[in-house]
Amino acid sequence: MAEEIKLMKGNEVVAHAAIRYGVDGYFGYPITPQSEILETLMAEMPWETTGMVVLQAESEVAAINMVYGGAGTGKRVMTSSSSPGVSLKQEGISYIAGAELPCLIVNVMRGGPGLGTIQPSQADYFQTVKGGGHGDYRLITLAPSSVQEMADFVGLGFDLAFKYCNPAIILADGIIGQMMEKVVMPPFRPRKTEEEIIAECPWAVQGKTKNRKANVITSLELDPAKMEENNLRFQAKYRKIEENEVRYEEFQCDDAEYLLVAFGSSARICQKVVEIARGEGIKLGLLRPITLWPFPTKAIAAYADKVKGMLSVELNAGQMVEDIRLAVNGKVKVEHFGRLGGIVFTPDEVLNALKEKLF
Amino acid sequence: MELNEIIKPENLVYTKPELMNDNPMHYCPGCSHGVIHKLIAEVIAEMGMEEKTIGVSPVGCAVFAYNYLDIDWEEAAHGRAPAIATAIKRLNPEKMVFTYQGDGDLAAIGTAETIHAANRGENIVIVFVNNAIYGMTGGQMAPTTLEGMPTATCPYGRNIALNGYPLKIGDLLAQLEGTCLVTRQSVQTAAAVRKAKKMLRKAFENSMAGKGTSVVEFVSTCSSGWKMTPEKSNKWMEENMFPFYPLGDLKNKE
Repeated sequence: MAEEIKLMKGNEVVAHAAIRYGVDGYFGYPITPQSEILETLMAEMPWETTGMVVLQAESEVAAINMVYGGAGTGKRVMTSSSSPGVSLKQEGISYIAGAELPCLIVNVMRGGPGLGTIQPSQADYFQTVKGGGHGDYRLITLAPSSVQEMADFVGLGFDLAFKYCNPAIILADGIIGQMMEKVVMPPFRPRKTEEEIIAECPWAVQGKTKNRKANVITSLELDPAKMEENNLRFQAKYRKIEENEVRYEEFQCDDAEYLLVAFGSSARICQKVVEIARGEGIKLGLLRPITLWPFPTKAIAAYADKVKGMLSVELNAGQMVEDIRLAVNGKVKVEHFGRLGGIVFTPDEVLNALKEKLF
Repeated sequence: MELNEIIKPENLVYTKPELMNDNPMHYCPGCSHGVIHKLIAEVIAEMGMEEKTIGVSPVGCAVFAYNYLDIDWEEAAHGRAPAIATAIKRLNPEKMVFTYQGDGDLAAIGTAETIHAANRGENIVIVFVNNAIYGMTGGQMAPTTLEGMPTATCPYGRNIALNGYPLKIGDLLAQLEGTCLVTRQSVQTAAAVRKAKKMLRKAFENSMAGKGTSVVEFVSTCSSGWKMTPEKSNKWMEENMFPFYPLGDLKNKE
């Protein structure tokens, strides 16, 4: 079949990708700059076609708990929001991680802290990859840098979430959510039947039948010895994800003397920086983490002996830079450059920062 | 009569419902939860819905409800049970879905989730145990604590100027278009238990008939929290709780 190509906003394509992937339910609450996800789903009326449930919840808190409820029944369920809304979801995310349920969360980041601004930002890196909610847990974090990846990561996010029974999150930003690009639409897949769900998710709450024990979805365990066992099981799973699921992209890194590290829309800007720098004779490369957790620690560490310096380019005050420094463990100078509060840097600003901080 | 004779089915006057398992209950003596659990177990079995029922347990004394009723459960964050039940029911409309919540869970931290699930007319049953106190955390003031009633966080009695009024959340829910049944029951006498069971059954039937949200409030005791004997608790409930939270149907749409 010929490829289906469309011109679409990042937010809109998330909605279409969800319907096409066979998602069972979306639960959300409007917030700029991602409201098009809920709007598009409501306009598409997928309940008439695939049977997908779409519900505007009374709050982000309710929406994430609806996701918990639906995920517990083995269904493919998701929510989306932007930074202040995702803060509200943290309680539910911690419970979902603690109950080991698969689901997809989308955060189209805006500037903070507080109500902040509706302009793009990447200041929720810490919140997303270091926990966010309470307790020792991790989110499989995918950082799209194009509208195409917004589409593709919906399916990838669900695949990884179900593979590991763990929540996955797409960490985008206002630029990726709002910009329009060419996108190859993902194929249509049927929703899972109840029989398939019961076969694939024996833990799913689908009504207790005579041939099995009751299924209980919970994160509660008052016996500390058992709770430690639970935590050790989570940690073993996280190590496995770190081993198997690291994704990143290298751009002109082979002969690089300096390395930019950037994700999401920052990485798109940094591609231009590399081009300009190479035009000036500076051997600059770009490493783009696609998974922010698991972080491409080994890939970055491998450049510690090869380059003279690394610049972490982020739309925040310096968050991912800490993970880069941990990766290289002092072997090479690592600096940060960012703009804050919804301001997006130009390629020239980034190149000047590279020269000032590393040359 | 020999023991073997006595336990023949035709001689039994009472049996434990099949859906109740053998786990020892953690509830205090005199607590209403045990009886309410039993009624739910009986109604589910009598409706033949054992394999289609999903319960959502709260945070509070009934957090471990899943240890006692042998059905599938999801354990909710504090107050969020109606949101969780919303999604379970919408995604699995052929299932029978209920929440089991206390007064703090339902009428304080979970007020938004409760009101909005009920206002959307979600086809779920909300079982609401109102004992006017936080039992699990050791007897603190609840949204439904009566005026003048002492608790750990209002040791000199609920002071309206300081703490506001006790919340008649049942009356509030009855105002919403989405609810089809809001009834206030109790389980301190055999007659009350029989009546409560009838309304519970109606609530579960409503949920499967797609009539909207049914709320069954149980005005209950908390002997430990109230610091009274079970017998005194029942008397105190009848004298103090019932006048403020009168029993009966607040709404019963046919």
